[in-house]
Amino acid sequence: MQRRDIALLSIGTLVLVLTLVLFLVVFGKQATTSESAVPGSTDIGGQFQLVDSDGSLVSQDDFLGKPTIMFFGFTYCSDICPSTLFNLSRLIKQLGNQADQFNYFFVSLDWQRDGPDQLSRYLSVFDSRIHGLSGNEAQIDAIAETYRVHYERVETDNGDYTISHTASTYLLDPEGNFVGTLAYDFDLDEAQASLEQLLASS
Amino acid sequence: MFMIRTVLLSSLLLVSTSLFAHHGGSHDEPTSAESSHLDVTQPWARATPPGAAAGGGFLTITNHGSVDDRLVGASAAITDQVEIHTMEMVGDVMRMQHLPSGIEIPAGETVTLAPGGLHLMFMALSSPIEEGQPIPITLEFQHAASIETELQVVPVGASPEGQDAHADHHGDHHEEHGQMAH
Repeated sequence: MQRRDIALLSIGTLVLVLTLVLFLVVFGKQATTSESAVPGSTDIGGQFQLVDSDGSLVSQDDFLGKPTIMFFGFTYCSDICPSTLFNLSRLIKQLGNQADQFNYFFVSLDWQRDGPDQLSRYLSVFDSRIHGLSGNEAQIDAIAETYRVHYERVETDNGDYTISHTASTYLLDPEGNFVGTLAYDFDLDEAQASLEQLLASS
Repeated sequence: MFMIRTVLLSSLLLVSTSLFAHHGGSHDEPTSAESSHLDVTQPWARATPPGAAAGGGFLTITNHGSVDDRLVGASAAITDQVEIHTMEMVGDVMRMQHLPSGIEIPAGETVTLAPGGLHLMFMALSSPIEEGQPIPITLEFQHAASIETELQVVPVGASPEGQDAHADHHGDHHEEHGQMAH
């Protein structure tokens, strides 16, 4: 009888733990897909080492103290990247005086073709506050893993390639913690509200 | 987590695609085997940032004929590398796909190439696509004779007048023809 009780108790505990795990998984997913800044998800984000537009080596430490808006793409991108950078430039303008209270990064996932010079040239038509960050294969793979950014090369006919990649824009608090994302094709007013909320809670 | 989301979204996409496919197939049965009659409207492109080696071309093709046709290729003077591509959001990942067999233009229907979906992909650009400098292109079809047209170039990130910048991202004509990447 006693052994049976223990067995029942074990099963009960297991069910409880599984439910808790399931809850965390579902809750975690909501946090990462939310368009507004939702605190939590400490497993996304962290230290990185990349190359700034001027060729200098930078890490996350250089940008702490301000909330950060980060988008991952590449300059060979025909549509998503220029559209998002264009939207981001409009958002920065719309933020007015508050705009300087954020860091803005465009991280190139194309470690083979994009370097600091290419990024500087490319970003020259967008808001000058957007930093272009690039890196070698190891550095890009590392930040992609740390920030859970998916990217993969898609070969084209001519031996060239384009890249499928995460199209969301990341929001990080001044301590570098991931707080949420702006969906691809974000609405300017909604994005502004998310950023103001991020600023208020910082 | 990501897998679950991907599977869910893919299923949703499949369901919506098949719904649209039924909805779209309401044209009358052809009475005679005439060749396809294609109209190309609203050809446009966005200017590319400096140094960008790739750009997208967009247009709308209507098949007034009674025979299905297919856009199989395109050429342009600005580059010898023009391909037909599509992209779709799967979860938060924008997936690119090269469509070597082109895009079906079913009889009686309209297919739109637009940002966020089907597009002509200009690659290996030696100079940027510039606002106000139209791009002459030739479209090649499986049945119909090739069509020459000019893409009007709007500023980086802009859309042609009369088009909502966001209208084309959320399920457009191309979904009706099952042309989304799978």
